[in-house]
Amino acid sequence: MSIAVQFSNVSKHYPYYHHLSGGLKHFLFNFPKYLREIRKQKFTALESISFTIKKGESVAIIGKNGSGKSTTLGMIAGVLKPNNGDVMVNGRVSPLLELGGGFHPELTGAENIRLNGVLLGLSRKQVAEKFEQIVAFSELGQFIDHPIRTYSSGMMARLAFSVVANLNPEILLIDEILAVGDAGFQKKCLEKMKSYKTQGVTIILVTHSAHDVQFLCDRCIWIDNHKIRADGPTSEVLPEYTKFFGS
Amino acid sequence: MFNTQHIADLLTELTKKELSIRYKNMVFGYLWSIASPLAYAFIYFFVFQVVLKIPQPNYALFLIAGLYPWQWISNSLGQAPTNFVSNSSLIKKTQFPRFLIPLVTVIQDSLHFLFTIPILILFAIYFNVPPSADWIWKVPLIFGAQFLFVYSLHLLIATLTLFFRDIERFVQIFVTVAFYLTPVLYSETMIPERYQNLIPLNPFATLLINWKHTFLGIDLDWGLVGFSYLWSLFFFVVAHWIYKKLSWRFAEIM
Repeated sequence: MSIAVQFSNVSKHYPYYHHLSGGLKHFLFNFPKYLREIRKQKFTALESISFTIKKGESVAIIGKNGSGKSTTLGMIAGVLKPNNGDVMVNGRVSPLLELGGGFHPELTGAENIRLNGVLLGLSRKQVAEKFEQIVAFSELGQFIDHPIRTYSSGMMARLAFSVVANLNPEILLIDEILAVGDAGFQKKCLEKMKSYKTQGVTIILVTHSAHDVQFLCDRCIWIDNHKIRADGPTSEVLPEYTKFFGS
Repeated sequence: MFNTQHIADLLTELTKKELSIRYKNMVFGYLWSIASPLAYAFIYFFVFQVVLKIPQPNYALFLIAGLYPWQWISNSLGQAPTNFVSNSSLIKKTQFPRFLIPLVTVIQDSLHFLFTIPILILFAIYFNVPPSADWIWKVPLIFGAQFLFVYSLHLLIATLTLFFRDIERFVQIFVTVAFYLTPVLYSETMIPERYQNLIPLNPFATLLINWKHTFLGIDLDWGLVGFSYLWSLFFFVVAHWIYKKLSWRFAEIM
């Protein structure tokens, strides 16, 4: 089986950029001090992380807030670069990282579908072919021609998920999306992802919902304190994780 | 993943997005891009022609021949500091080439400039300096230089503002200063002899003088056209060099 995502000894630090955004004058007059501060003070988000996700696997990344899950997803999506180590991604990544992130409130649902599809790496032709399917899946009906600033957050979630889910993803990145939207739609999303799973799409899910993990993912990677604490079958890692937070 | 075809698709969709956002909720849409330079032209006409009696023939035509190209420059540069910031959700989410955001803004402003040319033609006819056939090659020639220049400067400002937020304040002042140091309201021939040598050092001036020569039926000064392209290429190289160094940090700094 071929590899979809591989992290080899990946570390990521963030400099404290507030030094820089403090002001140009400040920066110019304290230049040497700044350089020293930028080198010295940094925040470590991930420390020497290694894992391999094979094509067709469905993996949950779990861990408490601020442990480095989103940084991991950002690197898979290709928007962040590691400071050390290598990130290898094989296949088109369809990220659903932040609710309606790529949407513009003044555009209608339909316009946002076209824009988002192209931003996610498809051609205009491919998006046009999928358009009807996306609209039907979203169940937004006539609202599809209304500006999305009039949408509720549940409707936004529907639209966002419908776009990503219907664009033939190869690697699907889902960050906490399922928390919004009504129960019916959540179920529909999970079903859709399950069907992708049987088709061999790689699914990487970040969530706090033990139920979703159990339903969808065969494997869990538990990131704690910027390192991998456990990596293995859901049946082993998940109980340990819930026990850790339960006690 | 990001081949030429896909970049073309992205440009089309992003430009459509910008245009439809600008014109949503605006009844007069296109009229606004014509109207605001005309309103300024009226004010300047009153101040400089009626009150100060500037010795410039066809001053109204002279003014709008400068104000329309300037509107493009000031709109594009005015948006530059906030352009990446206001698209942060896109940048944090997807990995499409970031320079497309400035490119789309400048394409949009350049289209607005092109839409104002019919008004310039009406004025030119009214003032008996009817457009000549040379416009067909002169307008694209100067347009190309200005497009490259405005895009490069926009990319440079937008990139640097992410790292130094107070550039935003600086840009507002910079554009105003540039406006008065550039022959928009006055002719370059009125600039005192001893400052004449400085004209090629101001990239805004070389562009604006070229536009005026084109629209007022004066022969192009090839030296100034050359300087315009030199400046544009210089800023293009500098902007892309800095952009290349910093673009991978965009998602983490926002």
